[in-house]
Amino acid sequence: MAVAAKAGSQSKSSPNKLSPGKAVAARGGRSLSRRSNGPVALSKDEEISAYRDMLMIRRFEEKAGQMYGMGLIGGFCHLYIGQEAVVVGMQMASAKGDQVITGYRDHGHMLACGMDPKGVMAELTGRSGGLSRGKGGSMHMFSVESNFYGGHGIVGAQVSLGTGLAFANHYRNDGRVSMTYFGDGAANQGQVYECFNMAELWKLPVVYVIENNRYAMGTAVSRASAQTDFSKRGVSFNIPGEQVDGMDVRAVKEAAERAIQWCRDGKGPYILEMQTYRYRGHSMSDPAKYRSKDEVQKMREEHDPIEQVRRRLIEEWKISEDELKTVDSHVREIVNAAADFATTNPEPDPSELYTDILR
Amino acid sequence: MSIEVLMPALSPTMEKGNLSKWLKNEGDSIKPGDVIAEIETDKATMEVEAVDEGILAKILVPAGTNDVPVNQLIAIIAADGEDISKAGSASAAAPVAAPVPAAAPAVHASVPATAHPDIPAYDASGEIPHGTEMVPQTMREALRDAMAEEMRSNESVFVMGEEVAEYQGAYKITQGLLQEFGPRRVIDTPITEHGFAGIAVGAALTGLRPILEFMTFNFAMQAIDHIINSAAKTLYMSGGQMGCPIVFRGPNGAAARVGAQHSQDYSAWYSNVPGLLVVSPSNAADAKGLLKAAIRNPNPVVFLENEILYGQTGMVPKMDDFVLPIGKARIARTGKDVTIVSFSIGMTYALKAAEELATLGIEAEVIDLRTIRPMDVDTIIASVRKTGRCITVEEGWPQSGIGSEISAQVMEKAFDYLDAPVIRITGKDVPMPYAANLEKLALPNVGEVVEAARAVTYR
Repeated sequence: MAVAAKAGSQSKSSPNKLSPGKAVAARGGRSLSRRSNGPVALSKDEEISAYRDMLMIRRFEEKAGQMYGMGLIGGFCHLYIGQEAVVVGMQMASAKGDQVITGYRDHGHMLACGMDPKGVMAELTGRSGGLSRGKGGSMHMFSVESNFYGGHGIVGAQVSLGTGLAFANHYRNDGRVSMTYFGDGAANQGQVYECFNMAELWKLPVVYVIENNRYAMGTAVSRASAQTDFSKRGVSFNIPGEQVDGMDVRAVKEAAERAIQWCRDGKGPYILEMQTYRYRGHSMSDPAKYRSKDEVQKMREEHDPIEQVRRRLIEEWKISEDELKTVDSHVREIVNAAADFATTNPEPDPSELYTDILR
Repeated sequence: MSIEVLMPALSPTMEKGNLSKWLKNEGDSIKPGDVIAEIETDKATMEVEAVDEGILAKILVPAGTNDVPVNQLIAIIAADGEDISKAGSASAAAPVAAPVPAAAPAVHASVPATAHPDIPAYDASGEIPHGTEMVPQTMREALRDAMAEEMRSNESVFVMGEEVAEYQGAYKITQGLLQEFGPRRVIDTPITEHGFAGIAVGAALTGLRPILEFMTFNFAMQAIDHIINSAAKTLYMSGGQMGCPIVFRGPNGAAARVGAQHSQDYSAWYSNVPGLLVVSPSNAADAKGLLKAAIRNPNPVVFLENEILYGQTGMVPKMDDFVLPIGKARIARTGKDVTIVSFSIGMTYALKAAEELATLGIEAEVIDLRTIRPMDVDTIIASVRKTGRCITVEEGWPQSGIGSEISAQVMEKAFDYLDAPVIRITGKDVPMPYAANLEKLALPNVGEVVEAARAVTYR
């Protein structure tokens, strides 16, 4: 059911209630949702594909965490574990040519865009075979071929850049849509609203995907945000928004299809607040003392995005445990190969220090 | 007692304008608020209103006169009952016609305020074919033509910024572009530098070629994260995959009487950043040739203009496609006794000082950097090896300035050739004051350059 945007309607004590599909009627009561009982089901193939893609991210990130612990990965390393359904569901709804841009928690987005896990992992270890030839690191990877525009370490900067991708699509009139991801923390940056204004003013095809994982580093949403319903952050610009259960890949895909179509129809930007959760700390060095173990445990047990799909595959699609194990081991092989490559691949040649500064 | 009407200034930097039309005739009676004339510059048109009552006794500058200096007497109003024939013989009262305070003092002593300044010759140092026709053009027109030519030849080029389209540019640099290219390619933005700089950089990452106008570079501080973190570093961070072909342009440095927040020179700031090209022309021809080069360059270019230079006329080669190389300095004057290195408006001081020095028997070689980054150090060093002396001139602050960089380069690469320490002539180490006398003190001047040259040549 659609609800009109109304200040203060969100309870501050439970800012993230995982209420799927609550849509905001942004323009004079116009309803943007088509609510039914739960999200539209996926086909068997879609479920298997979502399962594999999410598992790939999970296993990759677990491996990255291990390698960080072994000292093979330096600096900052922000893991996407727990949030896999967001990018995978979004990618299921997008078309070839649509662009993706995000912040520093970016490994999952790169894998979901089809970038080579070996190249991603070798970048994490700072090797010559890394996607940025070892010069970018965890937060800075790009792929012209896969339409992945980074990988940005400055919180909120990707929102303006992503709006710029949409500007280019609009300029070229090529029907592409920019998927611009940012977190609940970045959502408080001023440039976000500068861009909301211009995106709506110029009707730019951009889906703003706000990954609300409840904590901006160590600060809970309710301690940082006057309006904790991020789907409403576009209301004063007339940008429609929805809150989506970001732990359910079906709900993500369904909302993404609606948002992307809106953009492709030339109606301007669309906001999707993905209510999600990161299981790990903000970065590898974060002990996550700002939340209880119970809270994390509860999310893992009751809302895990991969487990939800796994259960449906077994219960509804009658896939055997053996078949799923085949998928699991295939994913592990790819991740292990990436890890091997990233440990044995040489560091960049010292001459690389002075290359790629100018064209 | 008669009242003198002086040529008003439309802005603090206006030095002359055209008297396009008289709306009253000699003998007409005039009331306060009457529009008596229309004046225009290449930037704007303004009506001249009377503030006193009387009779328009004498028109001293006929309609259609071009290049009338600010504060020149243009008409005389006789007070009521005064004998018109005698009007004007009495001593002058305060100027009465003033859309803005008319007597804006020329704070830049070095900027000529004459009606017909000699247009400096442009020695293109072999950069244009011999015998190319040269035509006079203001830097404002040269910049506009550079953008228009590049937009005609490349569909990916577009202009974006505050007031660039319908208003025709806050400083009229984009005049006529909206009419020729339409609103898709000439885009007015809201006042939102941080956001629109990011949008332009994002568009450039996809291969479009934005020309992003900042109304002034003072406002680009709101956007500097995108200039440096997003534009300058992406090629490197992507291992050479993703470039950012964008031009950030607009007036930089001190204008006149606009105070500290609108009078800062950012040359040294951007010069510090690998991944950026920094260009700062001193004359119309360089402005045109270098802006065209900047638009074609596959890298982010910070193109620092100067408001005071916008209206200055220079000789520009009449060519279908006049493009200058980025990274190449120009020897604006040859000499054997001392090297003076400058750029942008600093060249005004440098060249005037060189003229004065010549009368003292000191032959200065004046180098116009044109590009700040990459700096043409070779040209500086070759000159210093010849002269044994070096002075730098800039309006920016002294600490970590362009002059500091030049003196370090000279020390490292030509130490044994130096017969005197390098002297930096810079803006003073203070925020820009508003008061006319203090502002003048805060900026460099020709005398300082001359003194420095005498000091290093021990004369």
